[in-house]
Amino acid sequence: MKFRIGPRTSQIIAYIFLLVCTIFVIFILIFIIAFVFKNGFSSLTWEFLTQKTKEMGKEGGIFPSIIGTILVTLFAIVVATPLGLGSALYLTEYTRGGLVRRLISFGADCLAGVPSIIFGLFGFIFFVITLKLGWSIISGGLTLAVMILPTIIRTSEEAIKAVPKSYREISYSLGVGKIDTILKIVLPTAFPGILTGIILGIGRAVSETAAVIFTAGSSLNIPTSLFSSTRTLAVHFYILAREGISMPKAYGTAMVLIISILVINFIAYRLMHRFIARYY
Amino acid sequence: MKEKTAEKILLIISFSAIISLLLITIFIFIQGVPLIFKVGLKNFFSTHWAPTKGYFGILSMIVGSLLVTIGALIIGVPLSLACSIFLAEFAPPPAQKILKPIIELLAGIPSVVYGFIGIVILIPLIRNTLGGSGFSVLSASIILGIMILPTIVSISYDSLVAVPQSYREGSYALGATKWQTVLMVLFPSARSGIIAAIILGMGRAIGETMAVIMIAGNALKIPGSVLDPVRTITSTIALELGYSTGDHRAALFACGTILFIIIVLLNIIAIKVASRE
Repeated sequence: MKFRIGPRTSQIIAYIFLLVCTIFVIFILIFIIAFVFKNGFSSLTWEFLTQKTKEMGKEGGIFPSIIGTILVTLFAIVVATPLGLGSALYLTEYTRGGLVRRLISFGADCLAGVPSIIFGLFGFIFFVITLKLGWSIISGGLTLAVMILPTIIRTSEEAIKAVPKSYREISYSLGVGKIDTILKIVLPTAFPGILTGIILGIGRAVSETAAVIFTAGSSLNIPTSLFSSTRTLAVHFYILAREGISMPKAYGTAMVLIISILVINFIAYRLMHRFIARYY
Repeated sequence: MKEKTAEKILLIISFSAIISLLLITIFIFIQGVPLIFKVGLKNFFSTHWAPTKGYFGILSMIVGSLLVTIGALIIGVPLSLACSIFLAEFAPPPAQKILKPIIELLAGIPSVVYGFIGIVILIPLIRNTLGGSGFSVLSASIILGIMILPTIVSISYDSLVAVPQSYREGSYALGATKWQTVLMVLFPSARSGIIAAIILGMGRAIGETMAVIMIAGNALKIPGSVLDPVRTITSTIALELGYSTGDHRAALFACGTILFIIIVLLNIIAIKVASRE
């Protein structure tokens, strides 16, 4: 006689298996954060955040890297936002299918999948060497701008699409032109959604290593101009951890990095949620 | 007039993504492709890599990249599919509401942090239990497998949730259990989304650089077992770009070219599969 498991039994077995897997996945991910926090907590002092880095990171704080991260990220956002937002506007407000639309979408989708080391290679040969910008905040920022462009395009596109058609129709019926409707009605309404994309872009830029190490360099001096080389937090952490310079400092830097990413993503998530609740 | 100008400006801006993609392709290919032809395919696809002495074989790195990627998929895919099915179909709504965002927040953890966790926890663990140095195909696969969890969970969850409610109700009405419904109705309906999720996870694994450098050991030979160290295409680029010159640097761009081709193919497949829905 063939042994068969009844549908109820297999349902119970499947349930238990799936539950165990889910708990395991969430456990691992939370464990990673908890582990870093437990070990990094003692290093995380006010001095650590505000002092210069000494002896390649063995002593002192991470102040230059915090400034470097902020400047590189800011530069990337300032460049990527108008490009991403403009692309999204053209996609949603001016095209109806067709080749142009497919081409733009394909470009954004492909760019989104390009690994960061390729952006690093490109930024190195194009911005650092060909355009002679050197290892600098500008080179790093431009490289990251290209990298986060698809994120901003896609999120802004969704946000603009969510603005009800009737808003535009009412504006047109009052005799307002297309571009004024976009500037005064569509953009303000879609603003929280667009902001979400920008914040997600900030998150990606802050956590990036491979694309910035070859474009912004790894100088530990506090940058004096946009042409200064700088070392972002993620790069500093990579160097501390890989070269085993100082474990306590590595944990401390990792903790700063994780906290900033979690806060950034959390803000993005809340914004998105409120926006969705309003328009869907 | 104002309208026309605005439209033209937006049209030009909207090409920024595709132009960036073209620039990346052109600059990497121009640097890399001539070297491949200069040294010959036979040299380029051999296992002997000594770029300062005229040997540019990248075969062991290609094998390395494939091995750690397959390893990552073996570890990451079953776990993340199980997790997404549980969250989408079995978990009570409040648990769904809390767990899905938590997993998405975790997707933002920088890859260097994963590499670091590999160094301080996984590598000593493997060294003490299974032997070897710990820097190995196995540790790289495990860390990459964990790294791709959030990506795959989140996208396959979305495609499971997108299956119309009526499909489930029809299946229940025929007396099917929840699990049978998952296997026979939801999985086939959400198939293309799930495949796209796996391909994206695969792209992330094959393109990952810093985490892999930290834990894979980076030895230049084809590994004989999962406990042997391994070097990927991406690691080679990142390890050597800083000090390379001349043909050596060109060879790293050739590595980039190969990686770029692999990734773009994967992306095109993912886009095609996902749009079939």
